[in-house]
Amino acid sequence: MIRLPPRTRWGAAAGLMVLGLSPAFAAEIPLAERRSGFDFMSRDSQALQHDDTANPGMLLVLDGEMLWNSMAGAAGRSCADCHGAALVSMKGVAARYPAYNAEHRRPIDLQGRINLCREVKQNATPFAWESPELLALAAYVAHQSRGMPITAGEDPRLQPFIERGRALYEQRQGQLNFSCANCHDDNWGQKLGGSVIPQAHPTGYPLYRLEWQAVGSLQRRLRNCMTGVRAEPYPLGSPEFVDLELFLMFRAWGMPIETPAVRP
Amino acid sequence: MTQSSREAGATRRKMLAGALSVLVVRPARATPESMAAAIQAFVGGVEVRKGRVALDAPPLVENGNSVPIKVTVESPMTSQNFVRTVAIFNEKNPQPNVATFHLSPHCGRAMVSTRIRLGDSQNIVAIAQLSDGTFWSDTAELIVTLPACAET
Amino acid sequence: MARVLINVPPTAKRGQIIEIKALISHPMETGFRTGPDGNLVPRNIIKRFTCNYNGEEIFSADLFPAIAANPFLSFMVAATETGLIAFQWIDDQDQVQLETAKITVE
Repeated sequence: MIRLPPRTRWGAAAGLMVLGLSPAFAAEIPLAERRSGFDFMSRDSQALQHDDTANPGMLLVLDGEMLWNSMAGAAGRSCADCHGAALVSMKGVAARYPAYNAEHRRPIDLQGRINLCREVKQNATPFAWESPELLALAAYVAHQSRGMPITAGEDPRLQPFIERGRALYEQRQGQLNFSCANCHDDNWGQKLGGSVIPQAHPTGYPLYRLEWQAVGSLQRRLRNCMTGVRAEPYPLGSPEFVDLELFLMFRAWGMPIETPAVRP
Repeated sequence: MTQSSREAGATRRKMLAGALSVLVVRPARATPESMAAAIQAFVGGVEVRKGRVALDAPPLVENGNSVPIKVTVESPMTSQNFVRTVAIFNEKNPQPNVATFHLSPHCGRAMVSTRIRLGDSQNIVAIAQLSDGTFWSDTAELIVTLPACAET
Repeated sequence: MARVLINVPPTAKRGQIIEIKALISHPMETGFRTGPDGNLVPRNIIKRFTCNYNGEEIFSADLFPAIAANPFLSFMVAATETGLIAFQWIDDQDQVQLETAKITVE
């Protein structure tokens, strides 16, 4: 969805043509046409995601399971001491994150929620953003929702933050002056270099990206896109990223969670 | 076409046919010397024949960081007749060797899969050494497309 | 040292040929990359993998930097007898990872 005067649109069209993209101005993706990044991958990458004994993301899920059951902090408590078996207690949780946090009066994402628990309930030092431990716990928790539909954004208190995320999604930025929507709403399915542009539905995070040769978060992926358009990325854990995450999850409402997904 | 050029053509065809039947890990395009040297070190001067080995790899690779490959060798895998070793080589990575697998009759079937890195579009070669001392090979050509937005 | 995922069918018929899959977390640092300081990151790869079936070595691999991070290997084994299938990985720093899987042959 682009709300810009025609001249700006043609400027964008010229910019997209430089990158070999067609200047088709589609609106928001219709529900029936929404597709996971999974559908845009090669058969080999799909097979890798589908085989839990070959998907490298599963190694981190196993690390997460170990951390879930390990005591931490001055409180000497594990995640399991409060939450019990993640298999039961965490089912569907990742599907509704980022969620509203009454104390902070704003949404927090799954990583933020895990670190809050660590700080407040375990009396432990929060994990660094993008650390293997935080990714492992987030992957383990999100894995419990695999196959369940995304329900993020249902809390009415989230409305202004969804709108803020939407505004960031549509805002042009960087030296290339692209918004997220320019690629992922208007030109999905086209090629950028040798890669297919997906629709940017965050269905499988944290996920194993072949490019990273590791598991990473949605925020890391967003940073990559921002650097790609030559923009200054927001800091990890910043409110901008959480609002953007929230909008993207809301935009993917109803699509099934795939964690740990594999992407090229 | 003159008589002499026809003869030259025939000779060339004969030579080509000869080369193909014995071949051989010396494809028409220039094989980087390092791969040829690594292959020579593996086969020790013994002739490498084409056949018996099937190297499966995706012709179009999404990301060179993780390329699935599978090697299957026709062999009964009995204690008298089995695949001893399967070695994989590449043309354009910094090093020509990729992996060397040591099999035994206990494997039952000579089939190995792994995931490899490719720095560029190139040929990869699989060579199997059988228990009778013969070497067999297959080659696959892979095109590597890289993601557009490189991470910094 | 590392996290490992092994797939061995728990039971098999005598003589049945089964597929074994082994996945291990490892960066497979090639030794050809430069770090943020501009210096080469030292090579650290898993250089050797072996698989023993009731003590007998039945499959092994010499690996090079061209093997993808988090090395994955799959190969075939004839299920001949009930017992233990053992796996061993060794990297450049001589860290050793050992895993075993039980198989019941009927």
